[in-house]
Amino acid sequence: MNKAFEPKIATFLCNWCSYAGADLAGVSRLQYPSYTRVIRVPCSGRINPFYIIRGLYEGLDGVWVSGCHPGDCHYQTGNYYARRRFSLIKNLLEFVGIEKERVQFSWVSASEGGKFADVAKKVSEDVKKVGPADKMIREKKLYD
Amino acid sequence: MIDKIRKEAKRILEEGIVDVVIGFEKGSIPLKSTPVFIEKPEDAEKLIWNKFCENNLARYLRRFKGKKVGIVANGCCSRAIVNLIIEGQVNRDDIYIIGTPCEGMLSRRKMLKDGKSEKNVDDSYLYINCKYCSHRNPVIYDYLVSEKIEEKPAQFPDVEEIEKLSPEERWTKFREEVNKCIRCYACREACPMCYCEVCFVDVNNPKWLEGGFAESDVEFWNLGRAFHLAGRCVDCGACERACPMEIKILNLTRKLNKDVKELYDYEAGLDIKQKPLLGEFRFEDKEEFIR
Repeated sequence: MNKAFEPKIATFLCNWCSYAGADLAGVSRLQYPSYTRVIRVPCSGRINPFYIIRGLYEGLDGVWVSGCHPGDCHYQTGNYYARRRFSLIKNLLEFVGIEKERVQFSWVSASEGGKFADVAKKVSEDVKKVGPADKMIREKKLYD
Repeated sequence: MIDKIRKEAKRILEEGIVDVVIGFEKGSIPLKSTPVFIEKPEDAEKLIWNKFCENNLARYLRRFKGKKVGIVANGCCSRAIVNLIIEGQVNRDDIYIIGTPCEGMLSRRKMLKDGKSEKNVDDSYLYINCKYCSHRNPVIYDYLVSEKIEEKPAQFPDVEEIEKLSPEERWTKFREEVNKCIRCYACREACPMCYCEVCFVDVNNPKWLEGGFAESDVEFWNLGRAFHLAGRCVDCGACERACPMEIKILNLTRKLNKDVKELYDYEAGLDIKQKPLLGEFRFEDKEEFIR
């Protein structure tokens, strides 16, 4: 029997905005797909672009990074630095042929529970549409 | 031009302005110039400058920390020096730069393949990054050996050609290229900007990737190195020339250079007062890709 494709999406949420946004979405009983695996980080600026590459090699179908809106960063400027890094890594991954749907970014504030659920739905649909990852596959697991 | 380089090198060594001069001497195989470190004024006669000075001499600056160093620098080498100064690796006061405007270096491999000699070679044998070079004059120098030459705007037709392909084709192309990699790290050793004490491939915690030739690991290595050069690469092409497997590493680094130029109007190593690209930001940076 064919099981429907259920993507694995690593979701990096910043502690101060997007994580609280996800919390609000939960408290408000909003429905969104459960394909996202949430990893809480202190700030979107904490995310090393290598996390994204490594994640894709470890068998993820997509990576979604979310942080505070520009100007709202708890550390004042973390997301501005992150923005530059993300646009470069996204372009580089697209350049080598990774589908642009697999790596996604968003700004979600602590009060935007609705937006969080919407983006989660969109990201899940996008990744489902491009199907299971067939590029960037590690033949042997790093840690068995 | 060569006479002027020799005379100036001799002078600064004799007057004690520098302890050592880094330049090029004639290589032991045809069509090759090799880096040389001159410490005695009488050895300055060894110095040459021709179309085969393909290494980036800024690579060697960090070896002479605490010493006064003279260096023969063309456009990309001087940009690498500026970048090293910006990143606090070398001190401007310790370096005496003999600037040499440069019309590009010739691809030795391509010439040998086609059986060309120095006499019957044309511009089509230039390295790709030299062909589209936008900074042929040194951006910083203490002494200039010849008149400045005309600058051309930055162009990336080679990158644009790849961008036009479909994602599948790009992935196949990328894999074909990087899977030649034998992980000898010659690119890292040749690169003036790859000076990390511990490179990300050698780090055990976090262990980003495995040693060995698994496809995933060579892909990660090539992608990771290119990304570490984002906004720092001076497009000297030393990595690609050092590669024994002839991987087109410049495809990746030039793509990043193109993005950096288009998105942030930034070019690495033009001014000592510049800030590193990823160490600053503007409020109006583009963010269309963010939901």
